[in-house]
Amino acid sequence: MIKIIRDFVKRMLHQIFQKKKHLKLGLYGPPNAGKSSLANKISEDWLGETMSTVSSVPHETRTVNMKEKINVKYGNKELTFNLVDTPGIATRIDYEDFLKHNISPGAAKKRAREATKGVIEAIKWLDDMDCVIVVLDSTKNPYSQVNITIIGNLAARKIPVLIVANKIDLKKGSIKKIESAFPQYDVVGISAMKGTNMEEFYESIFRMLS
Amino acid sequence: MLTLQFVPYADIESLDSQARISKLLKIVKNKHIVLMQGRLRPEEEAGLIQKTMEQIDKEFRGIEVCTVYPEENKLESLKKIRNEMFKLLLGNRDGITIIGPASVVKEIRRDPNKIQLLTLEKSKGVKKISKKK
Repeated sequence: MIKIIRDFVKRMLHQIFQKKKHLKLGLYGPPNAGKSSLANKISEDWLGETMSTVSSVPHETRTVNMKEKINVKYGNKELTFNLVDTPGIATRIDYEDFLKHNISPGAAKKRAREATKGVIEAIKWLDDMDCVIVVLDSTKNPYSQVNITIIGNLAARKIPVLIVANKIDLKKGSIKKIESAFPQYDVVGISAMKGTNMEEFYESIFRMLS
Repeated sequence: MLTLQFVPYADIESLDSQARISKLLKIVKNKHIVLMQGRLRPEEEAGLIQKTMEQIDKEFRGIEVCTVYPEENKLESLKKIRNEMFKLLLGNRDGITIIGPASVVKEIRRDPNKIQLLTLEKSKGVKKISKKK
């Protein structure tokens, strides 16, 4: 009898817990692609507040940031998720690169140390994601190994992917380059800073999850 | 002097993922450029980045990686199936993986038709080595 009651309580708690679980939507990509700008734009649009700091200096985001329960509405559809902004993934981190941005040697070394930990943390979080938005800088060559590794890992884990070609407002911005590099994925061009094409972006999220 | 070290697939075939990554990183940390037959699995590529980040210090600033492989989307269905069978039996020997230390290789540029390896030479600045696929 005790066992039956215990199993019943366990099942009920499990059901309640399952209902409360929200999707984890991760933002991944190389440094300076605009992940945190996009995280801020999404958070501003639906919660009215920002969630990450942004900077032109690479590796500004060095820890994983999560904003919980973002409720997005598009047409008559609704979706609630936890948004996870991750540090940019890189294969090299040289503190001397930060010196070019007028950062003191001590601060540059600290930033580099934190950035390496951030990359490791971002990769570890891949297993926790339910779906991922890969943010790429549309002014840059998309055929980088970091981009290929991120997308390859998501495919291997069968995690739904949407590719965002960010910075399309810039002269060199090209969605076509990204589309031809990753023809099997849905690519949406936006400017996270200026909020360009966000309607199509939200529509693409619903399409990815449908 | 630039040293390229060829790693045949047979050399890593029997190793587990961690041992493969350690072997490749050991060569790269000796300032050699690895030319490996075949490619790592996606999880191994991510593992290589993680291990690289763990080892970054004053001397070692990271790596540049590039994998070149035949585009399977362009292959006929029968050839695709045959390739998958070979991969299952013999491992993924298709293509080539280039890994260089960041202190030697500035950048590996890859586009569908060519690879450019930009090396750093302290006295001469950047040198470009191109290879068409």
